[in-house]
Amino acid sequence: MQGLDFTVIAPYWDLLLTGAWWTAVLTVSAGALSFIFGILFAVIVLYAPAILAYPVRAFMWVFMGTPLLLQLFLIYFGLVQVGIDIPALAAGIVGLGLHFAVYNADVTRAGIVAVDVGQTEGARSIGFGKWQTLRYVVIPQAVRNTAPPIGSNLIALLKESSIVSVIGIAELVHSAQLAISETFRPFEFYITAAALYYLLNLVLEAALHRFERHVGVSR
Amino acid sequence: MQRVFPFFLEAALVTLELTALALVLGLVAAALAAAARMSRSAILRAVGTAYVSLFRGTPCLIQLFVLYFGGPQIGINLDPFAAGVIGLGLNIGAYMAESIRGAVMAVDRGQTEAARTIGFSRFQTLRKVVLPQAARLMIRPLGVNTVALLKGSALVSTISVVELTYTAQRFIGSTYKPFEIFGVAALLYMVMVYAVARVVDLLDKRFAII
Repeated sequence: MQGLDFTVIAPYWDLLLTGAWWTAVLTVSAGALSFIFGILFAVIVLYAPAILAYPVRAFMWVFMGTPLLLQLFLIYFGLVQVGIDIPALAAGIVGLGLHFAVYNADVTRAGIVAVDVGQTEGARSIGFGKWQTLRYVVIPQAVRNTAPPIGSNLIALLKESSIVSVIGIAELVHSAQLAISETFRPFEFYITAAALYYLLNLVLEAALHRFERHVGVSR
Repeated sequence: MQRVFPFFLEAALVTLELTALALVLGLVAAALAAAARMSRSAILRAVGTAYVSLFRGTPCLIQLFVLYFGGPQIGINLDPFAAGVIGLGLNIGAYMAESIRGAVMAVDRGQTEAARTIGFSRFQTLRKVVLPQAARLMIRPLGVNTVALLKGSALVSTISVVELTYTAQRFIGSTYKPFEIFGVAALLYMVMVYAVARVVDLLDKRFAII
């Protein structure tokens, strides 16, 4: 048992901050992907013909039933076998994005169904097409109603993004591991990484809270 | 594939064992934390809130790393399996504490007021009136937590617990067939996940009021 010494952090502070920056980049890019694909999947499951809807439903079913870690392995190591070689960063963003898109789709689907049917009838009777009704009337309301759960999914994404360190993406956990391999001080560095995650988490929560107030929903 | 399949089944059992033990630990931690957060003592409330906030505010992966790799520095030496159970259990406990608290708070206030009015003590009200009603409301959220725990248990492969994901990784080295190997592992996870989800569904229906 050695004493704890947090001064070992100082020379590696820049490395950790760079890692935290990449964690933020990952969260934002995978979050955007998960948001867009979440809506897309929800619309397909609800409105597309069976030939499109069933594969998407099957895909959602598989992604909801398996661990994110395994999905990342499948995308990064498995796809190489069938001739698709994507760089780690892309694999991480796609894996995280699709994983959370599936959860967002589930929420968005419920949100779309919950929009009053009178809204659709009203839009259709003033001459909106089916697509226009969806695009300008139903989806905006559904997104507003589902802002809190989609926000929670984004917060989960921030934390789960730590997992992509296993496929070698240089985010916060990876930075900590790099520093530990030189200093052999796991406790100090992992605690510091945890504190940085906690901080990022607080920032994200505050931002989501502001956004929700902006669009007029409150938790 | 046929040669490695028995190892996969064995590994899936380890995953179930891990999940079950972490679930028990998580439920105990969650019940204590929820009780602390709703207690009249400000100190207990602060402790409960700090636990929930810290464990929900940081990644499970980091918590496992602090415990397993950082533990020896502060005199905690755990084997991978024990670290996995404790790490997963404490992590899911924080989420389950919120599920329990949410269910208790969802019980109409009038129920408590009425019980207190007819002379029930605080403890009796909780034991005989509030908790029986809250228990029904907890089944689904706790079930969601349990499914998350089962999937999250894959994380302990990073601290070399020989469970399903770790076993899959190990066979990649000898077979060079990542797609099939990870595919089979994914299939086994799906069987377990949807079995647990089904049990939660049945429990929820069994104890529903209407």
